[in-house]
Amino acid sequence: MTTRIDKTFARLKAADQSGFVAYIMGGDPSHSASLELMKALPDAGADIIELGMPFTDPAADGPVIELAGLRALKSDTTVRSVLDMAVAFREDNDSTPIILMGYANPIHHMGYAAFAASAKDAGVDGAIIVDLPPEEDGELRAAFEAHDLALIRLATPTTNDARLPTVVAGTKGFVYYVSVAGITGAAKGENAAISDAVERIRTASGLPVVVGFGIKTPEQSAQVATHADAVVVGSAIVDAFHKNGKDAALSLVKNLSRAAQVKRP
Amino acid sequence: MSNYPDENGRFGSFGGRYVAETLMPPILALEAAYKQARKDPTFWAEFDNFAQHYVGRPSPLYFAERLTEYGKGAKIYLKREDLNHTGAHKINNVLGQLLLAKRMGKKRIIAETGAGQHGVATATMAARLGMDCIVFMGAVDIERQKPNVFRMKLLGAEVRSVTSGTSTLKDAMNDALRDWVTHAEETFYCIGTVAGPHPYPEMVRDFQSIIGREAKAQILKAENRLPDAVVACIGGGSNAMGIFHEFIDDKDVRLIGVEAAGRGVDTDEHAASLTGGAPGILHGNRTYLLQDEHGQINDAHSISAGLDYPGIGPEHSYLHEIGRAEYVSCTDTEAVDAFQLCTKLEGIIPALESAHAIPRTLDLAKELGEHGLIIMNMSGRGDKDVNTIASLMGVEI
Repeated sequence: MTTRIDKTFARLKAADQSGFVAYIMGGDPSHSASLELMKALPDAGADIIELGMPFTDPAADGPVIELAGLRALKSDTTVRSVLDMAVAFREDNDSTPIILMGYANPIHHMGYAAFAASAKDAGVDGAIIVDLPPEEDGELRAAFEAHDLALIRLATPTTNDARLPTVVAGTKGFVYYVSVAGITGAAKGENAAISDAVERIRTASGLPVVVGFGIKTPEQSAQVATHADAVVVGSAIVDAFHKNGKDAALSLVKNLSRAAQVKRP
Repeated sequence: MSNYPDENGRFGSFGGRYVAETLMPPILALEAAYKQARKDPTFWAEFDNFAQHYVGRPSPLYFAERLTEYGKGAKIYLKREDLNHTGAHKINNVLGQLLLAKRMGKKRIIAETGAGQHGVATATMAARLGMDCIVFMGAVDIERQKPNVFRMKLLGAEVRSVTSGTSTLKDAMNDALRDWVTHAEETFYCIGTVAGPHPYPEMVRDFQSIIGREAKAQILKAENRLPDAVVACIGGGSNAMGIFHEFIDDKDVRLIGVEAAGRGVDTDEHAASLTGGAPGILHGNRTYLLQDEHGQINDAHSISAGLDYPGIGPEHSYLHEIGRAEYVSCTDTEAVDAFQLCTKLEGIIPALESAHAIPRTLDLAKELGEHGLIIMNMSGRGDKDVNTIASLMGVEI
């Protein structure tokens, strides 16, 4: 079965362009407000949606996403309520992939098998669990495989050649390259280094490589798009939504996605 | 029995390496460096030399005659970690880790701290070894532990105020992890307890196990037999692991850990992860955690900042699960009373953390009777806590 993720990258490849991945925090500041934003993302240019599941102790995130998570928790967001956002989104969109992003404890608490089954039922396509490196994700990966969901791995600037095969083995859908050794919302990585890394990972994995962390402006989005199969922006969108509301966030998504979706030279 | 963790850092189903990919290469490098150092006699010779001449080891095993009389039962001995340089057991671990950092050529040391004891110990060793030191400390803890903040600054450390989350120890650890992710190449993260990703729980236990090795030799010399029980307070659990480890294979020695019950384990305000928590994943390891029904981490509460942490080292979770160690708890009020009792009877001002072990030691003394023999780990001294006690007593100093 061809997945939504595969179809999306096939479409981008046919058009010879990079894609755009928009991250938002589920439940920030409320279930209804974040759902409304989510539903508007595809029309604003998002090819893939990363949907954050909040956690009290997001040690890989910077302050923007941490605070978004705490706002979401304050409005009683749970793994289940984030999955309900996916259900509602699928009522009128059956093509845009939804990738959940979060930390291990809430889904460990729910049970990996129950989480995988619920995610599949909700119309989710995959997940990135930041604190489950390849050494620790075996149980969740098996549950995901049983439901044909993609467990997406992260590669980083510290992932050296010796380690890269471990990281890409068993990953599905695409590989997420964290372009700076740091937390979300950090400064952007060097262009040349990104280009080299993307090439290396693409060769090792045979999968599309999306690049995120530190990308905030349309200029940066365009730069990264010359190398990456898709560009991910999170903190900047979350920040715009928090400070200036839905229209501002969507207008940023429009600018960032247009910059990313240029025809390759 | 003592052959765990396994190669993946597992103590049964606990432990492991739950970190972002960016940190995997650094923790694998740390593990390799530690494996090598561990079998190198010159590493341990340097450790022992500092332990003896700088830390002041071996720490005495002291017969607490008046506490024993008060308890009307078993003989109580105190392992005097409070007499170490910097006032607690924390320095044992820091000594080992910073010697390892030196070996790895890392000159930038980061640490998290709650009460400030681990921060002070890290700042102290970093000063001695000529290393840069940054200590992450929750803004709330900075406010309630001002003397230790100043001590760290005097020792040349930078104290970074952490305002994320609840601004306490767990958030300090989050921020230390964030810093490490960002500066992994040049930085050594000196974790203060037997928690975190593998190899920390094993490594910190190994450095702290000097406590139990000394205590065993000392009790055999003093009493010509092993104790019936060893008692220690538990936050993350490093002083307890340190004194338990040597006795794990001695099946007749009961190992008893005392968690902080705060305002009571049946309230929302305690720090007793084993008594009132459930297995989960935080700060790099799978272990018992205080969490809600959705897997979000709950705030811990204890009058003692050093026990105010929602998790516990994974080896304790394992010892709990297999029943090798017993875990009980002690409330704020009991600890404060014990603090005053110990001060008056023995002329020893215990750290509020260590004071948690006293009531359960006295209970046990009664239970065991006059032929019984107990070692309690006096993990630190209470000079840092006199302000807290004074304000509880309504005294201005």
